Amino acid sequence: MEVLKIATAGSVDDGKSTLIGRLLYDTQSLTTDKLEAIEKSSKQKGYDYLDFSLATDGLVAEREQGITIDVAHIYFSTAKKSYIIADTPGHVEYTRNMVTGASTSQVSIILIDARKGVIEQTYRHFFINNLLRVKEVIVAVNKMDLVDYSEEVYNKIKEDFQALNAKSTFKEQTVSYIPLSAINGGNVVDKSDNMPWYTGQTVLEHLEALEPEDVDEKGKARFPVQTVIRPKTEEYHDFRGYAGKLYGNNIKVGDAVTVLPSLTESTVTKIHFFDKQFDEASAGSSITIELENDINVTRGDMIVKSAELPKVEKEINTTVCWMDSKKLVPGAKYFVQHNTNRVLAKIESVKNVIATDYSGSTPATQLAINEIGEVNIKLSKAIYFDAYNDNKSNGAFILIDIATNTTAGVGFIKAS
Amino acid sequence: MSSIVKTNALESEAIYIFREVICQFDKPVLLFSGGKDSITLVRLAQKAFFPAKIPFPLLHVDTGHNFPETIEFRDRLVKELGLELIVRNVQDAIDEGKVVEESGKYSSRNSLQTTTLLDAIEEFKFDACIGGARRDEEKARAKERIFSVRDDFGQWDEKNQRPELFDILNGKIENGQNVRVFPISNWTELDVWSYIEQEKIEIPSIYFSHKRKVFLRDGMIWSHSPFVYQEENEEIEERIVRFRTVGDMSCTAAVDSYAATIAEVVGEIRTSTISERGARIDDKRSEAAMEKRKQQGYF
Repeated sequence: MEVLKIATAGSVDDGKSTLIGRLLYDTQSLTTDKLEAIEKSSKQKGYDYLDFSLATDGLVAEREQGITIDVAHIYFSTAKKSYIIADTPGHVEYTRNMVTGASTSQVSIILIDARKGVIEQTYRHFFINNLLRVKEVIVAVNKMDLVDYSEEVYNKIKEDFQALNAKSTFKEQTVSYIPLSAINGGNVVDKSDNMPWYTGQTVLEHLEALEPEDVDEKGKARFPVQTVIRPKTEEYHDFRGYAGKLYGNNIKVGDAVTVLPSLTESTVTKIHFFDKQFDEASAGSSITIELENDINVTRGDMIVKSAELPKVEKEINTTVCWMDSKKLVPGAKYFVQHNTNRVLAKIESVKNVIATDYSGSTPATQLAINEIGEVNIKLSKAIYFDAYNDNKSNGAFILIDIATNTTAGVGFIKAS
Repeated sequence: MSSIVKTNALESEAIYIFREVICQFDKPVLLFSGGKDSITLVRLAQKAFFPAKIPFPLLHVDTGHNFPETIEFRDRLVKELGLELIVRNVQDAIDEGKVVEESGKYSSRNSLQTTTLLDAIEEFKFDACIGGARRDEEKARAKERIFSVRDDFGQWDEKNQRPELFDILNGKIENGQNVRVFPISNWTELDVWSYIEQEKIEIPSIYFSHKRKVFLRDGMIWSHSPFVYQEENEEIEERIVRFRTVGDMSCTAAVDSYAATIAEVVGEIRTSTISERGARIDDKRSEAAMEKRKQQGYF
């Protein structure tokens, strides 16, 4: 079945958990026992409605404080699609979680409280969706019940957001607007009777209608080699297959390919998926391929079409989102993990901190946690990459702290 | 005619994770319970490395209270695929006095598995333990990473987890630490069953409807067995049941069902209004039961 990955973001009180709970409830994805637990808990708290946030806030600390502190994954399905929601918290100090959630998502839902309109937080969420190139954005104007389902209020918010959208540099992004009332279900799954002036799709109708080409950007075919499969059995004595996940575009048997970094040229002779052979593979498939000549290929190498070579360089200009409490400073060493390649790297310089509210950047020499800025990185070994804007999977990397091994930041390679 | 590899996003993701595991770790192991999720993992591992054999052993932490059907199935699977199986017994930890058997009405060996698992990790110096846990099963698991780092004591520090971006997996750890790996994190119960149906994967017979001696307690159907504590007034009856999830006999409840084939099971799951873990007695202990067990090193 088709899988659609969604990121939700919103401030603490704009009803994000309620929206998700409502999606689960109205698609009959909440089972009786979970629903009973929600009813019981809501009653104990003295609410006269069902507190769906209880379905999503998983950790004890979150239930105690009534907030979401980490990315939670929530699943529901319809007859047509399986949906995975990465629910991320809306606190300003949790930029890292929003970036994490957006990195694995094809669609983003930005919640706005109809009473408050477009606020600074909205800017930040949209900025991250621009930076990470999430192709589909749904602006969900929630709590319409608290503004008397006013079309005027909705139109004003839509206008404000369109002004914000004008500042975006990611012009291929589609932004849709939906007025809703998550608490009573209006325009989430079913049409609201209270907003006859809105004739567009409900949130679920919109999600159901999305096709893979609406949400996935096509690029050039990139095949980072994960491992070399050599069974060394009698039956497969000379078998040498290169296993990996294909990104960007299709690869066919007969394609003229080049292996990086050695620049050895060859031809794809076989494409395997488990015990079957195929003529072609599409982006996203985990396959094993065989090449015509016996060449030396190892983990970290990349197979590409010979006419579509990526850049090969030892110095990269990047935009980094910093996620560690220890600041990013020039001279510091980290591992850069880019696809299946892990190389030692040195931070050459930090240029600036970019404001996530579209107000520009300020010169800086370091990045603190949750800050985004331009960073120049020198690598001990060349990597083979594309600009993130041209080929997402081949333009993103993580920075790993050498001492603690933690994932300290994420970077997006710029077109030099 | 041109044939094209059809992308199943969840399957491709799981295969990718398996391949990352063998490259980023020295001593991986697949935790095998004999349940449908770990059986699915075995099939995915086969696909990841074909035509080579699965390059790591299976570890079964045996509570001694397993359904006999599960053990028979386990041994047959291991033999057919030519896999290495390591079994470590909870009974040994009890005999050595490392853990104390629970007693009373709700006693179970489920939580005792943790000590045996941690001992086995130390004995074999496993640095990656691959498990079939899914995020949709339970709300603490919804926060779990694909590569989940555990310290020397097997503890899960849920508030200080590494962010996981795109599909880049960071498996760098220090000596003594290990990583729990969850290749089917993003699958739902229905995804697993649909996959078992699509791939025609064999599973133990207790997943299909059969006649069984049971008794009722707290609205749940418990197996009548020497391993399960039963009060005198809890009457044994015969019912047509099956199991949706298979753990230790003392913590797994049955459901009334006539589903005798995979297709019927999938149909039943699609229309079911009770969650899978609703039949797990061990989760009913408190709202935070799973989170607490995970902090202590449970899977």
